[in-house]
Amino acid sequence: MTPSQDAKPQPILEARGLVKHYGQVVALDGTDFDLYPGEILAVIGDNGAGKSSLIKALSGAIRPDAGEIFLNGEAIHFRNPSDARRFGIETVYQTLAVAPSMNIYENLFLGREIRRPGVLGSVFRLLDKKKMLDDATTYMRDLKFHIQSMTQAVSTLSGGQRQGVAVARSAAFARNVAILDEPTAALGVKESSMVIDLIRNVRARGLPVILISHNMPQVWELADRIHIQRLGKRIAVIKPNDYTMSDGVAIMTGAMNVN
Amino acid sequence: MTHTNQERTSSTSLVNRVFNIIAAFRLGPFLALLVAGAFFYIQNERFILPLNISLILQQTSWIAALAIGQTLVILTGGIDLSNGLVMALGTVIMTTMAVENGVNPFISIGMGFGVTMAFGLLNGLLITRLKLPPFIVTLGTLNIAFALTRLVATTTIGNLPDIQTIFGERISLFGTTFTYGAIVVFPLYILMWFVLRETAFGRHVYAIGDDREAARLMGIPVNRILIQVYVLAGFFYAVGGWLLIGRIGSGDPNAGQTANLDSITAVVIGGTSLFGGRGNILGTLVGALIVGVFINGLQITGVDPLFQRLITGILVIVAVTMDQLSQRIRK
Repeated sequence: MTPSQDAKPQPILEARGLVKHYGQVVALDGTDFDLYPGEILAVIGDNGAGKSSLIKALSGAIRPDAGEIFLNGEAIHFRNPSDARRFGIETVYQTLAVAPSMNIYENLFLGREIRRPGVLGSVFRLLDKKKMLDDATTYMRDLKFHIQSMTQAVSTLSGGQRQGVAVARSAAFARNVAILDEPTAALGVKESSMVIDLIRNVRARGLPVILISHNMPQVWELADRIHIQRLGKRIAVIKPNDYTMSDGVAIMTGAMNVN
Repeated sequence: MTHTNQERTSSTSLVNRVFNIIAAFRLGPFLALLVAGAFFYIQNERFILPLNISLILQQTSWIAALAIGQTLVILTGGIDLSNGLVMALGTVIMTTMAVENGVNPFISIGMGFGVTMAFGLLNGLLITRLKLPPFIVTLGTLNIAFALTRLVATTTIGNLPDIQTIFGERISLFGTTFTYGAIVVFPLYILMWFVLRETAFGRHVYAIGDDREAARLMGIPVNRILIQVYVLAGFFYAVGGWLLIGRIGSGDPNAGQTANLDSITAVVIGGTSLFGGRGNILGTLVGALIVGVFINGLQITGVDPLFQRLITGILVIVAVTMDQLSQRIRK
């Protein structure tokens, strides 16, 4: 299951030497990245280590200045997040990317609405609201995610429920990778565990997950491997069983070296 | 003691329930229209005569057409200050081309549409490509449109071909006569209401105004839709111009000078949030009618015209305050 040094399976998503500058600031300084099938890979690092930029590059939200990204071994170039989504890479952003005044099923299908069959859909571009509502209801029930009504505005939901909508949306449409950026950052204990259950459900569906988190206990609990980012580079990849949490923090801050 | 407390809670819950119903169905603007209508009817019975209703619709329809475009823009979180003067440019192009340059009157009208939509395109491109704030961009194009209008015509253009004043023609309905111009905005509103509700384009307009970054991240082509919105708004400004030509029977280079604020007033009173993403275009129609009813009602009751502006100002502030408060309650 876990990849050994000798006979590595092919990574699903791979990056080599990614560089990104914002003016004088170097966000990514030639970072590498590997994600293997069926795993939860956590990405940790101090503020400014380039976690967000790495994730944005992998999800098409930014274009790296240099370096290459491979999906199933093939080099790919994303011009925007839609490109990445077309390749089956879905991202839940820290900012959540939900439209608060719109309702739950509209948010689930935001940007890829289902149109009516026939001329009504192709020429007049009318939406099939009933199908979207039905699909959303069935899907959320399958994920054991309980919400009173799919037609209530997202602004009426709790933080955990909103996060749940965003995670469920990415899992519903991802074919290759789901990327979760700080999915429980603003949540209480109970709401966090709801979202963590959801993430486990996503992995159980066979989808590899990239998890960016500051919450070390959560990372050590959920992740199969941990990618540690420091000063714009990947300085280590560890397994949670081989290192303690404080080791992880020490590597992250440069107090400890791993080869 | 307990008894009165209970009574108080039950009566507040009833009030709450009524408020919830009003909020859920966005009845606020509609109720305001009814109250205003009733008030002016009590002041002067003539207010409710079909002839007067017809007059209000004529006075309101061209502003209502501009307000369709303004609603689309405001729903995306933008604002269009240029619409009144872009419309004026459209009307002088339509009329001078036909009267002075001998262009086929129908093609002249098409040229007017072309100009207002080109201004929409210009607004859209400046806002999306150069990432300038809509307020500043449309303030600039407002002045450009004003200057161009003066270059084309400085006096009113009369003796128009029939096709150009077609919206001033009358038909009999409900025992009185209505101009085509007074009627034609209603199907346009229904059409745009349907488009905003039932098409992906419509939902994306709302999503962009609601949270532009979320819309972008979810793969909605934000810039393309914004440009489409401004061009479509330009289309409705030309419609407004054509209606105005029908109403006054000529092309007027001085037209539409306060129409930008009037259209924004109609949108805001109609319950659309200036922050974007929330609102209903049918509310705008009601908002335009409220403004029309107030202007007409105050005229009919013989109130100093200054008060018309005063009351319009108060209405806008009340509407924006309600929006702000509802925003705060939601958070």
